[in-house]
Order: sequence, then structure tokens, then C-alpha cells
Amino acid sequence: MKFTWFNLMPWPYLPDDFREKNRSVWVDIDQKLFDPVKSHEVYNTYLDLLEYADTLGFDGVGCNEHHQNGYGLMPSPNLIAAALTRRTKNAAIVVLGNSIALYNPPVRVAEEFAMLDCISGGRLVAGFPVGTSMDTNYCYGQIPSLTREKYQEAHDLIMRAWHEREPFAFNGRYNKLRHVNIWPRPIQQPNPPVHIPGGGSIETYDFCIDNTYSYSYLSFTGYIRAKALMQGYWDRVAARNTPDQSPYRAGFAQTICVADTDAEAQRLYEKHVLYFYNRCLHVYPGFADAPGYRTIKTIQSGALSQYAPPKGFDTLTWKDLTEGGHVIAGSPETVRQRMEELIKGLNVGNIFGLFHVGNMTKEKCMYSSKLFAEKVMPKLRNMFPDHANDDRFWCKPVANRAKPGSLPQEREVPALAGAQ
Amino acid sequence: MDIKTVETPHVPVRYLEGGSGQPLVFLHGAGGATAVDPFLATLAGKYHVYAPLLPGYGDSRECPELRDMLDFTLHTWDVIEALGLKDPILVGHSMGGMIAAEMAAVAPHDVSRLGLIAPAGLWLDNHPIPDMFSTMPYEYPKLLFHNIEQGTALLTAGVALDDPEWLKGFLVTNARQLGMAGRILFPIPERGLLGRLYRIKAKTVLVWGDSDRLIVPAYAHAFKKAIRGAELVAIPEAGHMVTIEKPEQVLSALARLGT
Repeated sequence: MKFTWFNLMPWPYLPDDFREKNRSVWVDIDQKLFDPVKSHEVYNTYLDLLEYADTLGFDGVGCNEHHQNGYGLMPSPNLIAAALTRRTKNAAIVVLGNSIALYNPPVRVAEEFAMLDCISGGRLVAGFPVGTSMDTNYCYGQIPSLTREKYQEAHDLIMRAWHEREPFAFNGRYNKLRHVNIWPRPIQQPNPPVHIPGGGSIETYDFCIDNTYSYSYLSFTGYIRAKALMQGYWDRVAARNTPDQSPYRAGFAQTICVADTDAEAQRLYEKHVLYFYNRCLHVYPGFADAPGYRTIKTIQSGALSQYAPPKGFDTLTWKDLTEGGHVIAGSPETVRQRMEELIKGLNVGNIFGLFHVGNMTKEKCMYSSKLFAEKVMPKLRNMFPDHANDDRFWCKPVANRAKPGSLPQEREVPALAGAQ
Repeated sequence: MDIKTVETPHVPVRYLEGGSGQPLVFLHGAGGATAVDPFLATLAGKYHVYAPLLPGYGDSRECPELRDMLDFTLHTWDVIEALGLKDPILVGHSMGGMIAAEMAAVAPHDVSRLGLIAPAGLWLDNHPIPDMFSTMPYEYPKLLFHNIEQGTALLTAGVALDDPEWLKGFLVTNARQLGMAGRILFPIPERGLLGRLYRIKAKTVLVWGDSDRLIVPAYAHAFKKAIRGAELVAIPEAGHMVTIEKPEQVLSALARLGT
């Protein structure tokens, strides 16, 4: 199993009446609710927590890309990832990911991911989402029905840029580049492992299967509701005669809160969980899905009505959220049992654990994360012994990695420099 | 109106045809057109009307090769050629007006009479056009109609949001139609037309509803200023769907184009 400690980086100061007074947390969220000075503390705390997760032995630390979004303060995940490369030692840097249709030209992603891989010593896990309609269409203005074609071209360009060893010309529809020759290129060969976040598009299933990429379902609705979608993926894997059904072909995001007892979990985390589900996910429905963003095939498969939360999260309580599996919360034993259900039920080898929830304090977040790392994670490590050697979907760092801050003592410098 | 098909180089095109008289090509707006469209019936009372559907509209086949404004413009010229028409009266509403204006700018010697009904295609920073793509269907009437109550009745007829099959059909239609429209209208319905309007040689009539809240009448004046000799007919008590609200008055405005 691979456990990634993920932080969406929510803005923790949305007012109590946010939902009543605002139509959306995303795209046209009220500028006045953001306080740049307060964000200084918020960003640094969130980075500290990601770094702490590395010391706890999580396999990865994760970040992602959202724009104009009150629950995601990472328009540029690569900036967060760059900070993490320096202050973490062992964890994979899981960037889930760069919305590659938005970068002009997309070789920018090939370059930045290569930089991250080089600085981190080969610890990069690269994610390539199409991006949500909110981010891609409404914030960044991409034409909905051309987004997938542009995404595909960006992917092909990035892969060629990583793989080819001679300068080449790329005559795409959206990118005309006479001299592609990225410098630097990634440590990991032929390329860093790729994870593709998806939301039920059949095209994305096939894309992952065809390229041996891991399919990640980053939902907030939990593992019980994810069953149908993930089954759709595994059915597709089987139908396409894929050589194996390794659980590492898939990943799943899950909100997780651990305390000493179930009751204590509710006492500690309830208000933060409700903050997230009731305020942070308050998205104006008009921004959810620009016409043309989904393919006809996906709409016709009925996937959307089946997987979408029917009426938002407004009326959900702690009981609804924990029993419904949106949130796995409780004592280490409760969490272990439910995680086992999740892992077996969805057949997923990659877990993206959302341990920081809503406006949770850093102390509570540390407490929950440490309990998980010490009392839950070890018991879940060996869920898939048959696939223990499947390393196709995880990073392969170099053995001897540079230590940040390893300059010599100033007093030794003249001698080392060869000065008289 | 009859629904027929004509072959074009990229895709077979569905079109509505009816009436007799001078040939008139009508290009529909982002909402599309159907055989029972009352405005087309009004036009057909006087003209021989051809109303091609943009690929993806109605039951017509999609055409992934049409991606940008030039593609749309030349495709519609292909349709006119395939229909065997020469210098028909060219009329377009909203998105269709944008395409018609482009066609007249690209081939000024092939269009001598141009009717633009609340066309899209320009952008005025002081009058940002509402984002129809993120607008919920229940909010359409107040942007589209002068008489909001009647507009609501018109738009909600046959709607069954609680029926999953109906909803799926609705989403598929939206994805096909507005997905296509988005290629020239999303996220801002402007593709450089202003810089080309000077080329238009056609006698041009602009028709605008006084209470158009989608593309407000300030745009009528911007078009009038940019197209040499254009006449503007403002129609009171009509919104963006002036074709539905005041069809007879639109018909008389178009009569100014002569025959």
C-alpha cells in the first residue's frame, strides 16, 4: 500500500453564514473573504503539516491545482511541491497534478516536473488531470468541447519532450513549436510515474489502461459511493484484456480522522468536517459542468446522475458523513476496519488521505495524522501481497540524495576554496 | 417546414425548408431551431426559407473538425453552395447573426442583403454580456424575454427535471448544441469580428429588441457604427428573443432589405 498525506489547503476563515450569503466557493468567490496577511500563517502551517507527514513515514505528500477556490489555495501546485522538495526527506512528492490543457506551452509542465524530480532526487509522482470545469473552463477560459483534444495534445507533447533525446519540431493544433528540447529532463526514466485524476469518464479509464497510468478517483463523497465508479473502471480494465488488475492501477482520496475513541473523534473533528462539507463544497451548480466539457459517451453512460451527490452536502450531519463513508473517523481500530473495507472494496493500492479537514487546527491535524501513521497504517501495509513488487506506479528515487543545507561551515570555506 | 439533409465537404447538414418567394437563409441562435419554430413559419409566409442547423443541433451529426470562427464561417458558405443558392438574403439571430456577419465580411461580393437580429460577435467592456454557459436554465427567461412570465411558460413546457431519462436527454442535447456553440461563444462571444465589419458591402438591417438584457442595445449602436450604411430597427417591448416576441415586426424590418 502507498499512503499519501494530502492537503487541499482550504481557506479556514469562511464565515458561519457563508452559504447563505454567497452563491459559490469557487470561480466567483468573494474577494473580500481572502486576507493575504492571514494567508501567510495559513500557508506556512499547511507546509509544516505536509513536512510533518514526511517525518511520520507517509509514503507521499500530496498537493493539487485549483483556481479561484476557497477550499484550495494552490493555483500553482508546483510552487508547493518545490517547497516540499527541500524540506522533506523520503516522501514522494505527489502532484495531482498539473491541468496540462492550461499551460502554454505545455512543455512548461515537462520542465517544471523535471525540475521537481531533479531537486527531489527522483521523488516525483506526476499527475495530469483534465481539470474540473470550474477551473479549466470558467476560471481559465478553455473552450469546453475542445478541452479534451487540447489536453491530449499537451500530454503527447510532454511525453515526447521527456522521452526524446534530440531536439524535435512539434506541429500540433494548439502548440506550434519548432525547437522542443527541454533542459533539464527528469531523473526517473523513461518518465516519472503518472497518475490521472478522473471522475467517471470512460475515455479517462481507457487512457490510463492504454498508457499504464494509475487512475485516481479524488472524490469527497467517500468510499461507499465510489463503489459504482471504481467498479466501472475495473470492469473496463477486464474488458480491455489488461494483463493484470493490480490495485496500484488505482487510487482513491478519502477524508480520515483518527482519535483515541469514536466518541473523541466526533468531539474533536465534527465541527471541522462540517465546515468543509457545508461551506467549502458550496459550489454554484452553473459552474459544475460547462456544456461540452463532458463527452456525450460519458453523459449517456448515466455516470453523472449516478455518482453526483444528489443535492449537495447541505443537510449532512456527522452521523450522515461517517455512516455514509464520506469521512472515515473514529478510534484506530474503527478506522483500520473501514480502511480495510475501502481498500478491498475498491481494490486500490494508492490512498490519498485527506487528514487536514476544513478549518482544523494544526494540533488536531498532527494528533490524527500521528495516530494513523502509528496505529493504523502499519496494519494496512500488506493488503496486497500478490502485488508487493508492482513498482510501476510509484517513484524510484536515487539512493544517495543531496541534503539541503549542506554547505560547509563558514570558517572552513577559505581553506576548502583553496585560498591562501 | 420540412426537414431535409444536404451533403457538405465536412458533414451532412440538416436544414429546415419552407415557403416560397425570394430565397432567404436563416442562421439560428445558440438555442437552435425546430420545424415548428413560429418565427420560421412567419418568414416562410413571405420568403423561400432555408434554415440550416449547425452540426450537433437537433438530430444533425456533430462535426469535430469545425473548431473556430473561420471554420464556422466557411462551413456555412459550403452549406449555401450545397443548397445551390446564390446571394440569398442572409439573416441570422444572435450566434447566427455573428456567423452571418462574418460570412458577409469574408465574402463581401457574395452577400448583398444582410439581416442581423441581435447578433453576437462584439464585446463592450462597459456592457459585459452575461455568461449564458454558467446560467441555470431557470434563469434564462429574464435574460431572453421582455415578457418574463410568457418566456418562462415557453421555456418550461415539457421540462421534467425529476425524470432521469429526460435529464440525460437534456444534458446530451446541451452538450451537443452548446458544446458546439461554445467554440465561438465561450467564454466571451467575440472572435475579432469588429476588425472585419468594415469589409461588409451588403445592405444591412440590424433588428434589436429594446429590452434585450442579454446583448443590450448598446451593441446595436456598435454594429451600426461599424457597418457602412447599416439601418437599425429597434423594436419596443421585445427582448433578445425578439423573433419569438415580435415576429411580424421583425418581418417588416427585414422587408427593408428589398427583394
